[in-house]
Amino acid sequence: MKASSEAGSRPRTIVEKIWDSHVVAEKPGAPALLYVDLHLVHEVTSPQAFTMLRERGLKVRRPDLTIATMDHSTPTTSRDLPMLDPVGKAQLDQMTRNCKDFGIRLYDLKTTKQGIVHVIGPEQGLTQPGMTIVCGDSHTATHGAFGALAFGIGTSQVGHVFATQCLLQTPSKTYAIRVDGALRPGVSAKDIILAVIARIGIGGGTGSVFEYLGSTIRSLSMEERMTICNMSIEGGARAGLVAPDDTTYQYMAGREFAPKGADWDAALARWRQLPTDHDAEYAHALTLDANELEPMVTFGTNPGMGIAISGNIPDPASVADPIEKSDLIKALKYMDLQPGKPLKGHPIDVVFVGSCTNSRISDLRAAASIIKGRKVSPKVRMLVVPGSMQVKKQAEAEGLDKIFRDAGADFREAGCSMCLAMNGDQLEPGEYSVSTSNRNFEGRQGKGGRTFLASPLTAAASAIMGVVTDVRTLL
Amino acid sequence: MKLEKIESKIAVLPIDNVDTDQIIPARYLKSISKDGLGEGLFRDWRLNADGTPKADFVLNQPQAKGVQILVTGDNFGCGSSREHAPWALVQNGIRAVISTSFADIFKGNALKNQLLPVVVPADAHAELLKSPWAVVKIDVVDQTVTLPSGRTVKFPIDAFSKTCLVEGVDELGYMLQQESAIAAFEAKRVGSVNTLL
Repeated sequence: MKASSEAGSRPRTIVEKIWDSHVVAEKPGAPALLYVDLHLVHEVTSPQAFTMLRERGLKVRRPDLTIATMDHSTPTTSRDLPMLDPVGKAQLDQMTRNCKDFGIRLYDLKTTKQGIVHVIGPEQGLTQPGMTIVCGDSHTATHGAFGALAFGIGTSQVGHVFATQCLLQTPSKTYAIRVDGALRPGVSAKDIILAVIARIGIGGGTGSVFEYLGSTIRSLSMEERMTICNMSIEGGARAGLVAPDDTTYQYMAGREFAPKGADWDAALARWRQLPTDHDAEYAHALTLDANELEPMVTFGTNPGMGIAISGNIPDPASVADPIEKSDLIKALKYMDLQPGKPLKGHPIDVVFVGSCTNSRISDLRAAASIIKGRKVSPKVRMLVVPGSMQVKKQAEAEGLDKIFRDAGADFREAGCSMCLAMNGDQLEPGEYSVSTSNRNFEGRQGKGGRTFLASPLTAAASAIMGVVTDVRTLL
Repeated sequence: MKLEKIESKIAVLPIDNVDTDQIIPARYLKSISKDGLGEGLFRDWRLNADGTPKADFVLNQPQAKGVQILVTGDNFGCGSSREHAPWALVQNGIRAVISTSFADIFKGNALKNQLLPVVVPADAHAELLKSPWAVVKIDVVDQTVTLPSGRTVKFPIDAFSKTCLVEGVDELGYMLQQESAIAAFEAKRVGSVNTLL
């Protein structure tokens, strides 16, 4: 499984191998110039970058390595309806204009391949092991599930990549996160990453990229690996990788943009060299025992404020650091929760199954498996938003849409939806949601909205019971 | 634009993990330009639902007028990669943020907008937290912060970012100058998919 280092060369992690093969130029006293294999683009973080290109009379250097979609501002209601938000519409129209002017392929709302940028890349075979992949979006870390070095960048850097297909970068340290053992029933990939972040805190990975290792990680499907890598950024790490293996290659074979024929064989031979060398060193390491994990749920206002479903909300009285204590008090006040009490059983208003974290077909199947034959609580409105139009189509072919609708949930078109309040799907002030998304910051899902992050299984169970629920009681 | 020295009162926001959704909520991200982001800065901490200022928010205090330096808790700028966050800060006259640590993506974005992220050790940070509205000096060339007590501490900054700030170097211009290296890299690539589409 682990490639042995070549004779005479120092042992390297997968991150170092990808880095070394992408350095274009390196001068003393300056960051390295790193080549970008795939530039993913969406409508929110690109307009000012395109404006910069126009102002400076520059072109996009590699439109053939650039792909765009619409996901954040897009409504998840029928595409035939006119868009209600003029500002959002202007942003989408600008995206169309920009892609046309600069020759970039755009999966717009009329196409069958539109979706959340981090869902469509992998499903089309665009995301490949050993690549450098960037996007103006912090959840670009998702693509690391394929053994790619994938990270989020700001709009200025989006402009740099447009113009040069490169970035100025300094290498990060690698932080090994090892998970061994078997997941118990009701416990899923989302619970793994929520447990990691609860353990190390949301700044724990700052300065690092995560490499996820261990028997549990190896046993996960690509979609489950994507869930974990997606939330690396919530642990402070800019990127998170899983070294490719046969699970990766089986997922990729035959996808639209995956190499074919002799190219596939050559690619496979290269990819098999990527896993971390036997003696390579990591800057930090953490080990978790999967057998001990329970379904997780966040109670507070950052993704690190999470507890096991059977746990109690922490008490600020037991926190020593004054700022940490006051931040916890502030979070509990915002969420209107009592210290020391369980979160299980707390009433909820909304359930959202969706986002780049958990909106792929396996996530919808997981939620449907709990919902099937049951009804969403009359106190809850449930929104199920597939991550792409392809996922939607497959869900419909499997009858999942009917399962959700029969239960009283709303099944929508693809987009970022309620993850962040910028497309019409959002919480009202004071509403509580159980959400399969990735951020529970104050106001994230809507001003005054209160988010409990959880897995699709936990979300579905909570939708039925009308309160935060331990899915294991319904299995 | 060059940034060499900053001398200003400090506004103290003693909160850890201030995320970019607080710095600039997503509803401001629908803008296709950089204009008007200033009014979105800390919007939901700064203003009540009816648009009136919240009395206790630090930037609403009368002393906050003209402040160029913000002192915050640990891990400032975590969360989303939105560069709108440094844009909103800069549009409100903030030129430096002092903390014990910054989130990686925010730090890079800030530097690209001549917003200086300054990491100081815990004891210096503690002194600053206890000194709201005191005057602090930052020298980018010397990499020093002069605290209210008069003591100076060093802060880290990589050589390249420092040169860009102090000399007003255009980073993209620097990159475009490396055209031949980029072309050479593209020509010799073995195996990786050269053209996806």
